[in-house]
Formats: sequence, C-alpha cells, structure tokens
Amino acid sequence: MSPYELLFAPFADFGFMRRALAGCLALSLGATPVGVFLLLRRMSLMGDAMSHAILPGAALGYLAFGLSLGAMTVGGILAGLVVVFAAGLVTRASVLKEDASLAAFYLLSLAAGVMIVSLRGRNLDLLHVLFGSVLALDDHSLLLIASITSLTLFGLALLFRPLVLECFDPSFLRAVSRLSPVAHYGFLLLVVFNLVSGFHALGTLMAVGIMILPSAAARLWTRNLPAMLLFASLSALASSIAGLLFSFHADVPAGPAIVLMCGLVYFASLLAAPGGLLAGRLPVRKHLES
Amino acid sequence: MPPLIRFDNLTLGYERHPAIHHLSADVPAGALVAVVGPNGAGKSTLLKGVAGELRPIGGHIHLPELPRGGIAYMPQRSEMDHSFPVSVFDMVAMGLWREIGAFGGLSRGQRQRVENAIEAVSLSGFEARQIGSLSGGQLQRARFARLILQDAPIILLDEPFAAIDARTVEDLVHLILHWHAEGRTVLTVVHDFEQVRRHFSTCLLLARELVAFGPTAAVMTDALLARARHLSEAFDDNAPECHVAEAA
Repeated sequence: MSPYELLFAPFADFGFMRRALAGCLALSLGATPVGVFLLLRRMSLMGDAMSHAILPGAALGYLAFGLSLGAMTVGGILAGLVVVFAAGLVTRASVLKEDASLAAFYLLSLAAGVMIVSLRGRNLDLLHVLFGSVLALDDHSLLLIASITSLTLFGLALLFRPLVLECFDPSFLRAVSRLSPVAHYGFLLLVVFNLVSGFHALGTLMAVGIMILPSAAARLWTRNLPAMLLFASLSALASSIAGLLFSFHADVPAGPAIVLMCGLVYFASLLAAPGGLLAGRLPVRKHLES
Repeated sequence: MPPLIRFDNLTLGYERHPAIHHLSADVPAGALVAVVGPNGAGKSTLLKGVAGELRPIGGHIHLPELPRGGIAYMPQRSEMDHSFPVSVFDMVAMGLWREIGAFGGLSRGQRQRVENAIEAVSLSGFEARQIGSLSGGQLQRARFARLILQDAPIILLDEPFAAIDARTVEDLVHLILHWHAEGRTVLTVVHDFEQVRRHFSTCLLLARELVAFGPTAAVMTDALLARARHLSEAFDDNAPECHVAEAA
C-alpha cells in the first residue's frame, strides 16, 4: 500500500471520511480546550458525569420526535443545563461540595434517561446515542458541531481571564469582580454544549475522551497555559486523523478508534514527557548554581 | 472626622453560634490596627465580616461607599490552587483588575507598575516563574505585590506573617507601614505581641467580645491580655439564646 493510499486516499475518495475529518477538526478546536480547563479545575471526572446527565434530554427528544438531530440536541442541552444549574445552586447554597451535588443530580438524570430510553427505544438507537456516528455525520450535524465550536472559541476568549482566576484563585475573583458566577456557569455552559456536540460525533460515552486525554497529555509536557491549549488541540486533531484512518483500514468503529489514539498520545507522553513517569527515574543531571 | 468603619453592636458567627459577640468600635480612616486575641477569639471572622464574606447575624458593619475591589482582603488560608499553570507576573498583574477588568490589555505603563510591584517585594527575576514553584515566603511576597497594585483604601490582612521567616516579615511590615503612611486603613491579624508593640500604633483586642480597643500601649497590658485569655471560653453546643438587646 502506497503512502498515498494509506494516508490520503480515504479522505480523497470518500465524502463521509471528509465529513468525519471536518467534525473532528471542529471538536479538536472547541471541545479539547474546554477539556484543558476541566482538567485544570480538577473536574476531569465531572465531564464524564455531565455526559451521562445529557442522556435523558436526548432520550426525551428521541421519544417525542424520533431520531431527530434538533430534538435530541435541544433535549440534551436542556438536560445538561438543568443538572449544571441545579448542582451549582446546591453547591453555592448548601454544605455539599461541587462533586457531591453534581453526582447526585447526574445519577438521577442518568436513571431517568435509561428509564425513558427503555420505554420506547430500540437497541440500535441506544447504540447511536452511546457511541455516536462520526462516519455518518450529515450536513446538519456538521453545521451544529461547527457552530458550537465557533461559540466555544468566542466564549473562551471572552471568559479567559475570569475563568483562569476562577480556577486558581476564586476568592480573589469574588473580591474584585461580580464575574465569578459568570465564569463558573459560563464555563459549565460551554462544557454542556461541547458534550452535546461531541455526542453527535463520538457518542455520550466517548465525547469526554477527546476532551480529557489530549489535555492530560498536554499537562505532562508543559506548565504554560497557552502552550497547553495549543498542544492539546493539535494532538486531538492528530489523534482524530490517525483514528479515522485506523478505523477505515482496519474496519473498526471510528469513535473508539479516535479515543484510543488519544490514549496512545497520552501513554507516549506519560513515558517521555517531563511531567511523566520516567522523569523522576532518569539519572540526576548536574544541578545548577542557583 | 467620622469613622471609616463602624462596628455597631456587631455579632458574627456560624450556625447561630457567635464568633464575634456584640462588638461596637469605630475605626478611624487611615488607622493601622493590629487585631489581637487568643485562638478562636474571632479575629479572622471579623475580617471576613468586613470583607463581606460573612453576613452579620446581629448588628451592623457600617462601611463607606466603595467601588467593588475597594477592600483588599488577604485571607489566611487562601483558596489559591498552587498547581495551576500561571506565572508570577500574571498573578501579580491581576491586582490591576479594577483598571483592566476582564478584557483590558496591559499598557506599557501598567506593565512597568507590575514590574515595580514585583521589585518592591524583592521578587525581581521571578516574573516568569510558575507560582507553584515558589516557596511559602516568596508566595506571600507575590500576594503582597498584588495587594500593592490593588490600590485599595481598606486593606485586611489575616495573619500575613504565619510561617514566614524574620527577613520576609520585616520586608512585609515595611510595606504595611508604607500603606499606612499613604493614608490607607489597614486591619491586620497578628499573633506575635512583639511585632504588635513594635509596629502597630492601634490595637483591637478580641476574645469573642471586645476586650479593649485603643493605643497599643494601653491595650497590650498584662491585665487586659489575661482577661482576653480568660474570656475565650469553649464553644458550647447547648448554649442558651443570647438576650443582650440588639438595639445599641
């Protein structure tokens, strides 16, 4: 097989591969930077929780309107927002910490979702929701993902300074400005949007993968935030391309292939990066004078 | 001249248990006040109340009309996440928030002021370092540099010298005295009586209730300090309701 056939032909010859590539590009630019902030806020696992919280909304949309992109998107976003804001309210007004309140609401949401799906769903549809369909992205889905990415980049640019402060010194932000809740909820809003965007391509279970894995890899390489964001996006894109090609040639599902490629980058970083496993085991280099 | 901060029969506390009990005192503008008292006397609680982080459960705190950020409050246990990737320069520059807000860039002049603040706390050369790589004393210096830029008329410091070496304490006290000379009102919780006697003209001695407030020499007497120790009884879960009149 020539390099052309290996690397370019799948995209050149097949429209669905090009669409998948465009979708992944959008996810890498939008969802992955959001994942970097999730990681830095120590909310990596909450992304997973949130992705489950979206299920009942998407299921309700499906129950009412069938396999409709719009209905499932709106439903997913609404369910995500209800969980985020209810949990946020409980966190700010009660003694429960963020993880506890979010866990409570997402578990309820997930249970409701499974209940709803079982009322009328067929297994095939459930598989679509859980694992997405990156190789079957239609115009509407693609437009939706691209729009959410544009919104995300714009939102992150607007929120950047308050969000960074909210992450590393929230009490200072509260003292100097009223933007603390704006940064907090604005960011969670972006998380929900991107999870919904990711669930169309990769499914609710896989969407978090392209957010967190490249971010964790980036954190191993650098302690500079802009560099982290750039590294994470680029490695997410590279993993997406590799994953799509792997899925094409080996005839395996694309969503998991992409996330596994992200995992490959993560493991390579664990081995090679300055913040990784081996850094502490290398021979000690001669220390500096000061 | 009217007082800047007036504590009017103030009670602050947690879950109905008072940590500050019926405190009345007037802090004049430009005062440099050491807040002194045994552990559990309510010193941190008082600062939290002034900073607006804790709502009074009785009485009032009268403050002048200030823009947001007009009170610079440095809590004892900072919620700061030291592992977050941010440089000393960026962290200190956030002291300019009132000027630059969420979106404004730093002008050349403002960059220079950030540099100057970093130099004022002897951290020059550390601008590009990550805050996570600083020692405890260096981090405290960086927090003071940020305070310099906050340019607030009221400054609240909760145990700024805890676990800080003598040299750093000396530098930081110097900054506090400078703020005092600039006419700012500074309330500082201090545990070291020696430091209080040497540097602070006014003293507020607390033991849940006010023991004494006035010139340091008149407050830091053996008799009053012993009274403060005696007053700081244990927190009683089954305490009866307080019947002191709320109206002053």
